[in-house]
Amino acid sequence: MTRIRLVDLCGARCGDKGDISDISLFADDAPSYAAIKVAVTPEVVKTHFGSLVRGPVERYEAPNVLGLKFVLHEALGGGGPRSLRSDNLGKTHAAALLRLWVEVPDDVAVGAARRRRAPVERSRR
Amino acid sequence: MTIKLGCGQGFYGDGLAPVADVLDAGVDYLVCEALAELTLAILQKDRQRDESLGFTRDLPLYLQRALPFVLEGRTRFITNAGGINPVAAGRAAFDAARAAGAGGTGLKIATVVGDDLRSKASGLELPGADQALFANAYLGARPIVEALAAGARIVITGRVADASLFTAPLVHEFGWRWDDWDRLAAGVAVGHLLECSGQVTGGNYSGRWWNNPDPTRIAFPIGEVEPDGTAVITKPKGTGGMVTFDTVREQLLYEVHDPARYLNPDVIADFTSLNLSDRGEDRVQLSGCRGMAAPQTYKGLVCTPAGWAGECRVTYTWPDAEAKARAALGYVKARTVADGVPVEEWWEEYFGVDGFGGPTVEIPDGWDPPEVTGRLAWRTTNQADAARPAREVGVLGLSGPPGISGLGRAGGGSRPTQLLAVDPFLIEREIVDSQVRVDIQEL
Repeated sequence: MTRIRLVDLCGARCGDKGDISDISLFADDAPSYAAIKVAVTPEVVKTHFGSLVRGPVERYEAPNVLGLKFVLHEALGGGGPRSLRSDNLGKTHAAALLRLWVEVPDDVAVGAARRRRAPVERSRR
Repeated sequence: MTIKLGCGQGFYGDGLAPVADVLDAGVDYLVCEALAELTLAILQKDRQRDESLGFTRDLPLYLQRALPFVLEGRTRFITNAGGINPVAAGRAAFDAARAAGAGGTGLKIATVVGDDLRSKASGLELPGADQALFANAYLGARPIVEALAAGARIVITGRVADASLFTAPLVHEFGWRWDDWDRLAAGVAVGHLLECSGQVTGGNYSGRWWNNPDPTRIAFPIGEVEPDGTAVITKPKGTGGMVTFDTVREQLLYEVHDPARYLNPDVIADFTSLNLSDRGEDRVQLSGCRGMAAPQTYKGLVCTPAGWAGECRVTYTWPDAEAKARAALGYVKARTVADGVPVEEWWEEYFGVDGFGGPTVEIPDGWDPPEVTGRLAWRTTNQADAARPAREVGVLGLSGPPGISGLGRAGGGSRPTQLLAVDPFLIEREIVDSQVRVDIQEL
């Protein structure tokens, strides 16, 4: 097994409904999907978000698009128009989940397709 | 027969330039989805100031662009821009059409009303109902279909479910039955994929977003739908962004909770049954979507006052920027409390450290970033108290830790804003249906 960050393995998107944060992970192939299904349980996600998420975490599967969905309750400080958070809609929660370190089979880690980062263009200083 | 649905708007404040490309591409319907939960709260604040407001005020801008196509008979226009005041929005649409020279053309504009449950809120025993600022049910596609059947070429609604704005023209054109669950579910899938404008064409894409072609001109999407419910998601030729398996699947699961049971007023859609096939050249085909009988109830939202908030931001420079920012926000809190201002909740964030991510962020030992912005927000029961803590921010300029800057033109503090609680509820369909009405104005 190899330790890898989800950001190198998955895509992700998040949204909100009331005080619920709704996050999807997307794997690139079947072995990666199988690996994240094992590694990213609702309990792991709940622990990862700590004090940001006060309620339970539910998980759903969408195998047709290699998607894994997490529904985080009481996750936005009371919901968009009620929350004191600057990220009152949880728009950064997908990225927060991608920070998670997971153990995956070695070949899955080697084949991880998302290691490239955006190029930064700085003017000469 | 293929019906082309174009998305013209994904939220209140969305771009206008991509609308022209969608119209030029030739769409049978231009659909503008203007409402989110937060939008209703914004519109409520408008209506509190002026009873004639409460709809999204950029409606005339979208109409101006669509009207030449509508008047030529090339496209119809559907929007939920009516927000919490569809009657006023219908009037604004009428005025915009007349100003565009539609007087005497016989153009029919329909307004769908009846989603507003404020007058019934107490009887429905909704949470905090006696002080409800708005209470609306999410209507389905039926009243829009009724409006289209009556010849309306412009349809303005209030709180209609986002995807239903798109299923309505499909039901109207293809004659889908209201118990043809698979077709209705296919329509919901198409609508769900189109309703967030650029989010399916490369916007917010978590993959290699920097490879988006022509990223300053990300297109709004088009759905080409067949009578059997199969469809292609695409975008106008010569525009920016991309439509791929990856961009489409990210939008497919967006905000749906259980993807096998996506609840819509007209059907429960199983998005896990859908086949997505990337045909290249910005074309992704959808097929095989399955649906189940519609929910027994409608979903609604009730909005109630939830106190007042204020906030301030202070930025400190290296060295020890985080320690300085923490100390400074601590001073603001301590002085506020010492003055006896009753604050019910504080919230602190430190940008440059873990401002958004909180406990998900690993902070390396010795982390000493070039600057840290501390943000302090607070909640009080009344407006005057919410204004009080920000006054302490200015004091920090000379009497706080060394190296404060970047307070900005607002001076670091904000004016108080009202907090609103927006809570979901379920309501019997008959109660809502009995008050839904389609009004038609003719120019």
